[in-house]
Amino acid sequence: MTQHSLDAVTDHQAELTSPDCRQLFMGFFILGLTGFGGVLPMARHMLVEKRRWLSAEQFAELLGLCQFLPGGNIINLSVALGMEFRGLRGALSALMGLILAPTICVVLLGLVYARYQNDPLVEHLFAGLAAAAGGLLLSTGIKMLAPLWGKWLQLALVVVGVIAIAGLRIPMLPVMLVLAPISIFICARSKA
Amino acid sequence: MSAVLVSLALLFTQLSVLAFGGGNTILPEMQREVVQVHHWMSAEEFSALFALAQAAPGPNMMIVPLVGWQVAGWAGLLVSSLAKFGPSSIITLIALGGWKRYKDRPWRQIVQRGLVPVTVGLVVSSGLLIAKATASDLSMAGVVALCTLLALSKRLHPLWVLAVGAIFGLALG
Repeated sequence: MTQHSLDAVTDHQAELTSPDCRQLFMGFFILGLTGFGGVLPMARHMLVEKRRWLSAEQFAELLGLCQFLPGGNIINLSVALGMEFRGLRGALSALMGLILAPTICVVLLGLVYARYQNDPLVEHLFAGLAAAAGGLLLSTGIKMLAPLWGKWLQLALVVVGVIAIAGLRIPMLPVMLVLAPISIFICARSKA
Repeated sequence: MSAVLVSLALLFTQLSVLAFGGGNTILPEMQREVVQVHHWMSAEEFSALFALAQAAPGPNMMIVPLVGWQVAGWAGLLVSSLAKFGPSSIITLIALGGWKRYKDRPWRQIVQRGLVPVTVGLVVSSGLLIAKATASDLSMAGVVALCTLLALSKRLHPLWVLAVGAIFGLALG
C-alpha cells in the first residue's frame, strides 16, 4: 500500500479523507491525550470512524504490520500512517503528535513524585498505585495465557521464559535468541 | 553525565528492536538494567514510575521518557525517547513497502504465532517483577491479588483499578 494507492482509494471512496502533516499531528495529539490504559480501541475509532483516514480493511492491514514488528503497536501505527499519507514528514508529525502530550504528563507526574516521594502518605499512595499496575500486568499475562491452554509444549516455553527472565534474571537478548527459534520451530511443526 | 547518556542510549536502542509483542515485553529487561546493572533506582522506585506512566494518558511505553528524565534530566528524556522510538520506527518505515508482498506468506504467520509463547512469558514476567517489588508485606500482596482479580473479572477501566490500588495503599499504609 503506497501513498499512490491510498490516493487512488480516496478518489474512489469519497468518504475517505487524506490528512496533511498538521492534521496528522493534531489527530495523534488528541489520541495521545485521551487514550488511557491502551490507545488501540480509541485509535480505530478515530482513524476509521471519526476522521475516515482509513477504511476498516486498511486499518486491519496496517495494524497487522505494526503488531508483527518490534515496538509499541500504536507508535508503529502512527509512523506507518504518517508515512503512507505524507512521507517522512508525515511520519514524524504523527509520532511527535502521539508522544508529546503523554511525555509532558509523565514528567509532571514525575515532578510530583520526586517532590513528595518521602512523604509517608504519598509513599503509600504510590505503593498502592504500583500494586495495582502490577495487578493489571498480571491480568494481561493471564488473559494472554488462556488461549494457550492445552498446548502444553507452548505453555512449557512460557514457563521456561518466566523462570529465565523473572526468576534467574537472565538478560533478554540471550533468552530471546534461544527461545524464539525453538518456539517458532514448534509452531511450524504443530501446524504441519 | 555523558556516560549515563550513552548507557541510556544503548539500553533503549536494544529494547527498541527487541520489543516484539508490544511494550510490556521489555519491562523485565528494562528493570534489570535500570535496577540491577546500573543501580539508577530501587525496584520499588521502578515500580512506582511504571505505575505513574500507567496513570498518564497515551501509549503504554511512557515509562521510557520518565526513566530517562529521572536518571539524567531533560537530556536523559530526549536520549531515551529517541533511542526507544527511533529504531523501531525506522524498521516500520523499511518494512512498510514490502508488507503487501509478505503479509500472507506462511513463514510470516508461523513466525508471528511462534513468537506468542515468548511474548506471553515476558508479559507474565513483567507482572511478577512489578508485583514482587510492591508486595513488600502480606497486605500489599493482597492489594496486588485484588487488583489482578478486578482486572480479570470485570470490564473495569484500568484507571479504576489504579484508583482502587491507590485507595488501598493509603488505607493500609
